[in-house]
Amino acid sequence: MDFSFSDEQSMLKDSVERFIQNDYGFEQRQKVAALDAGFSAENWKTFAELGWLGVPFAEADGGFGGGAVDTMLLAEQFGKGLVVEPYVPTVLLAGGFLKVAGSAEQKHKYLTGIIDGSVQGAFAFAEPQGRFNFADLTTTAEAAGDGYTLNGYKAVVINGPAADLLVISARTSGGQRDTEGVSLFLVDASAEGISRRDYPTVDALRASEITLENVKLTADALLGELGGGLPIIDEVVDGAILAIGAEAVGSMEVLYKDTVEYCKTREQFGQPIGKFQVLQHRMVDMFMEYEQAKSLMYMAAMRLDEGYGDEAAKAVSAFKVQVGKSGRFVGQNAVQLHGGMGMTEELNIGHYFKRLTMIDTMFGNVDHHLKRFGSL
Amino acid sequence: MNLGLDDAERAFQIDVREFIDAHWPEGAREVGGAMAHPPGRRSVAEQHWYDALCARGWSVPNWPVAHGGTGWTPTQHYIWDRETTRAECPVMSAFGARMLAPVIYAWGSAAQQAKFLPPIREARVQWCQGYSEPGAGSDLASLRTRAVRDGDHYVVNGAKTWTTEAHVADWMFCLVRTNTTTERRQQGISFLLIDMASPGIEVHPILLLGDQHSVNSVTLTDVRVPVANLIGEENHGWTYAKGLLTHERTGIAGIATSQVRLGKLKQMVACEQDGALAEDAVFQRKLQEVEIELMALEMTELRTLATVQEGGAPGPESSILKIKGTELRQRIADLQIEALGYYGLPYPDDLLLDNEGPVGPDGALDSLRSMLYGRAASILGGSNEIQKNIIAKAVLGF
Repeated sequence: MDFSFSDEQSMLKDSVERFIQNDYGFEQRQKVAALDAGFSAENWKTFAELGWLGVPFAEADGGFGGGAVDTMLLAEQFGKGLVVEPYVPTVLLAGGFLKVAGSAEQKHKYLTGIIDGSVQGAFAFAEPQGRFNFADLTTTAEAAGDGYTLNGYKAVVINGPAADLLVISARTSGGQRDTEGVSLFLVDASAEGISRRDYPTVDALRASEITLENVKLTADALLGELGGGLPIIDEVVDGAILAIGAEAVGSMEVLYKDTVEYCKTREQFGQPIGKFQVLQHRMVDMFMEYEQAKSLMYMAAMRLDEGYGDEAAKAVSAFKVQVGKSGRFVGQNAVQLHGGMGMTEELNIGHYFKRLTMIDTMFGNVDHHLKRFGSL
Repeated sequence: MNLGLDDAERAFQIDVREFIDAHWPEGAREVGGAMAHPPGRRSVAEQHWYDALCARGWSVPNWPVAHGGTGWTPTQHYIWDRETTRAECPVMSAFGARMLAPVIYAWGSAAQQAKFLPPIREARVQWCQGYSEPGAGSDLASLRTRAVRDGDHYVVNGAKTWTTEAHVADWMFCLVRTNTTTERRQQGISFLLIDMASPGIEVHPILLLGDQHSVNSVTLTDVRVPVANLIGEENHGWTYAKGLLTHERTGIAGIATSQVRLGKLKQMVACEQDGALAEDAVFQRKLQEVEIELMALEMTELRTLATVQEGGAPGPESSILKIKGTELRQRIADLQIEALGYYGLPYPDDLLLDNEGPVGPDGALDSLRSMLYGRAASILGGSNEIQKNIIAKAVLGF
């Protein structure tokens, strides 16, 4: 057992931390989020130059050879800055699918672009009826000649507007919720038959509703085994959950510390409000929630690095449950203790709260992951 | 960063398991376990276990090597705690080994170290803690037990209360006031070691919920204590007392014990004949929530241990372990009672301990006792509310 970071990991953490401190203050972040694209192409170039886009990929594929602990460190710092650049959809989801299940040709075709920053990706999985069940699919891929024809509808595809490469889940056999018969396809976002309706999410990301109408795919678009997509989704999404959960931990750290500072300076009744014990204890609860979430973040990362399986999945679900609960508690109370100011768009606090609330929903909320935890 | 055990750690784990099998075989639990004899008094099997520990040099793993500690890594400590808890091995009373000893090896004189540490290490003496008083509970610094210097002795007068195991203890470490005119109440307190056989000491039992005798009130009337039994400097006792409390708090978390109890509860639910609870989604959810929080706390403890390894004593964050650890213990105890349904009602009275044996499923009466007694966990060692004050001050800077 070892809780220390390697030299490379410490360097990675320091480099992201410096970037957030120097180039990603709250005002800069708000400017970037207000851009039409929803993120800064210049920042994305910087991420590529600093090597961050290659962190999870094997050295043979042009990456950094990092594991879950590395992406955790990166994402935790992103969470402190509320980074809106689409690291999770492009690198951890689209890139993650290629890493876990891509053929040599598929990796060759896409990974270089992801790592050098020229390719954006997204994972189109959710459907209006499916809630958090990855297998609940009405989108179909039917065999047609050498390839497939896609028809269906995908909901709230994060980074859909910018994506060049879509990873799409579709049913190739079985009933609507069967665990078998789910397949994954690598699809060019500009392919004929794809139409999008783009919009911002409440946490300032960009998303799309995507309609798939007779989208023609060649045989090499299939990722992994035909009908065997579900276990791949579990593995890739669990890696992404670690990252958004780590973001949440970073955000919670900012929130509890900012709240403490605010309560030391804000005066009412002739004294700093932090003198009131009822507020002190609330902040202690916020601090403890943050620490508990951080502990499970380490556990999930280390389990994932041991190799993917039930134990890793269980640790990830435990972490997601904790993040959902802790994030809600810390976010809501940070707003509460900041009073009226906490309610404003002007202050950073509410923006962290929005992001934390969205993170609970993403890839399954507390209830969903409690059930999954119990079933593993 | 990794959670796995390397070859040496795995070998150590096997070593520990073999040691437990040899000296605390499964049968020993029934004849020598905590419920088989009055609290504080030892069974033969228990004493055998302590003797075996001493012979192996494993009786006080947490101590510095110079005083008989093992010098284990945090991982080895973790393995040791988990393995011994799982096998329900006897645990040496915390008062001497985990609470007083760190004070003696940090602040005691060489003579005090030579006199007091070996008997604790060898489990030959029992200690109790003279902190709380009728008028000084959470507000410990308001204590009034007086010690007045008279030649080579202090003469001690006052009353202590909630003194766990005082009725079986050979010695008491005690906070006394040696100066009543200081500006701050924390000044003027001294840390004395008092022989419980001294004339003028009386111990009276206090029965707690569940009719259990573990705590006492202790009166001290003109008790003469040699000045040689003063730890460190006169009037500086508060510093030593606080140092001790951080050690006390890590011990109170009881994470491994909670894991064992949760495991038993899950087993009980799984073995239930009609499966009503196993299929009860609401109850299952409560179990899962506790299990996840316990996983988180275990990692928090490991993180604390790793920090201790690098920099010495656990810091104020040990208060998290105390707060969350006791809350979880109490929730598990509540769930045990819930799981028993109507058999959570019978009182553990003597009438039920006749030849027919107790009513209800195995362990039902134990669960009730444990739930009742467990309410003390969030009160003792500085109530959980006091722990929050400590975190607010020491960590958040209020």
